[in-house]
Amino acid sequence: MFDWLFKDEWFPKFDWNWGYTWEIIPRLLEATLNTIIAAGAGYAIALVFGLFLALAQRSKSRALTFIVRELVEFVRSTPLLLQIFFIFYVGPQVGITLSPWVSGMITIGLHYSCYLSEVYRGGIESVPKGQWEAATALNMSTLQTYKRVVIPQAIPPAIPGMGNYLVGIFKDTPMLSVIGVAELIHTANAIGSETWRYLEAYTLVGIIFLALSLPAAGFIRAFESFVRRKLGM
Amino acid sequence: MEDMSAYPLEISGDGTPMVSFQKVRKAYGPLVVLDNLDLEVATGEMVSIIGPSGSGKTTVLRMLMTLEQINAGVIYVDGRPLTHMDKAGVLVEATPKHLRARRSDIGMCFQHFNLFPHMTAIQNCMEGPVHVLGLTKAEARDRSEELLELVGMIEKKDQHPSRLSGGQQQRVAIARALAMRPKVMLFDEVTSALDPEVIGEVTNVIRKLVSEHNLTMLMVTHQMGFARDISDRVCFFYDGKIEEQGRPADLFGNPKRERTQQFLSAVKEAV
Repeated sequence: MFDWLFKDEWFPKFDWNWGYTWEIIPRLLEATLNTIIAAGAGYAIALVFGLFLALAQRSKSRALTFIVRELVEFVRSTPLLLQIFFIFYVGPQVGITLSPWVSGMITIGLHYSCYLSEVYRGGIESVPKGQWEAATALNMSTLQTYKRVVIPQAIPPAIPGMGNYLVGIFKDTPMLSVIGVAELIHTANAIGSETWRYLEAYTLVGIIFLALSLPAAGFIRAFESFVRRKLGM
Repeated sequence: MEDMSAYPLEISGDGTPMVSFQKVRKAYGPLVVLDNLDLEVATGEMVSIIGPSGSGKTTVLRMLMTLEQINAGVIYVDGRPLTHMDKAGVLVEATPKHLRARRSDIGMCFQHFNLFPHMTAIQNCMEGPVHVLGLTKAEARDRSEELLELVGMIEKKDQHPSRLSGGQQQRVAIARALAMRPKVMLFDEVTSALDPEVIGEVTNVIRKLVSEHNLTMLMVTHQMGFARDISDRVCFFYDGKIEEQGRPADLFGNPKRERTQQFLSAVKEAV
């Protein structure tokens, strides 16, 4: 009775080819590894540099605070894609020639360090003033206070935000394909242009991204409670 | 009636006072919190500071702990300037380095304990001795265990603050401050955030310190009975000045100033 609903011409013709699918999987898995390396390296840069940006914004030097805040604002308000192009193509004109890989990871790392600096800042500001005062009363230096008292307490509340940006950086790695980094999208494009079959490659890329992103949220939650437990909080 | 704060202070100790405020002024913008404060505390003396809220009593302790900068005047600790440095006979404003060097004479306990939540009780006590004083872990552990024993918290030494009651946390905080071997201890309303039934365990520790140790102590408190019991001297602050001060028996038994009488009778009514 619903025959009228299932007219063939209403549906696109998917001719999924399993043999071909198995053939391209090894290349895509290799690209997956590249994607994970690019995201991981970029994230590592962002984690470390973001902390410096956050601390610089809290420094007593008005000039430093101003410059860093404006820099963060600038980076956050311009497209990542533009920054990738800029570093890769304009860099050589001023004598900085980097490989696609290196410039890609640096750009994405610096871009995300600006976002992470805000996450850190929120975490640091959530540490009660009394903790700073107790550290002063124990005559700890500013550096000791950050290292021993403030940052350990600033990390747990920052973990959800840090986790969001881990997923974010992972999903932004395809942008590196524009300068020739052989990550997932770049590889899928290459496969497609060789055979004119795009369906299998792009579908697999989607599944791979999903399979890696979905468990991340649960993993981050588990990690947060692990850290809190570890710190006795 | 004469201005009691203008009287030269009676020093019960030996010679130079441990703490000396000289014409100290503190203001937040147009709001003057303390004006022209002169206050001396002798070595080994226990001074309680009482008064209505907003009278500047907590600020006195915070300035001494260098948590607040002063706007005028000088604070001396153990005969040497704390807030200033002696540069060729002239007092200039202290650098952070100077403050760090001089602040080691002072320890403080806070209303809300401010223990480090990510450290156990004994780690809280060891933190300063190890990382600031440079003691070995073993030395710091011995010292901390001794002090946790003193405050009756040795059994809970491996607990994090979140597992301790307010009274227990405050006792650990006292041990943590003492572990730095300060010459002056400051208690800033240390029982105000506690449930009534645990106040005694904290006041007993302070009593023990007064009777067994020759520490100089300044205490801001709302517990008049406790202040009366253990203080050598009580200062009544009103509106950023010392309105009246004297031995506890005199100040509580026979207050001379009208504002002191009003405050004490208001407190009595509240109880």
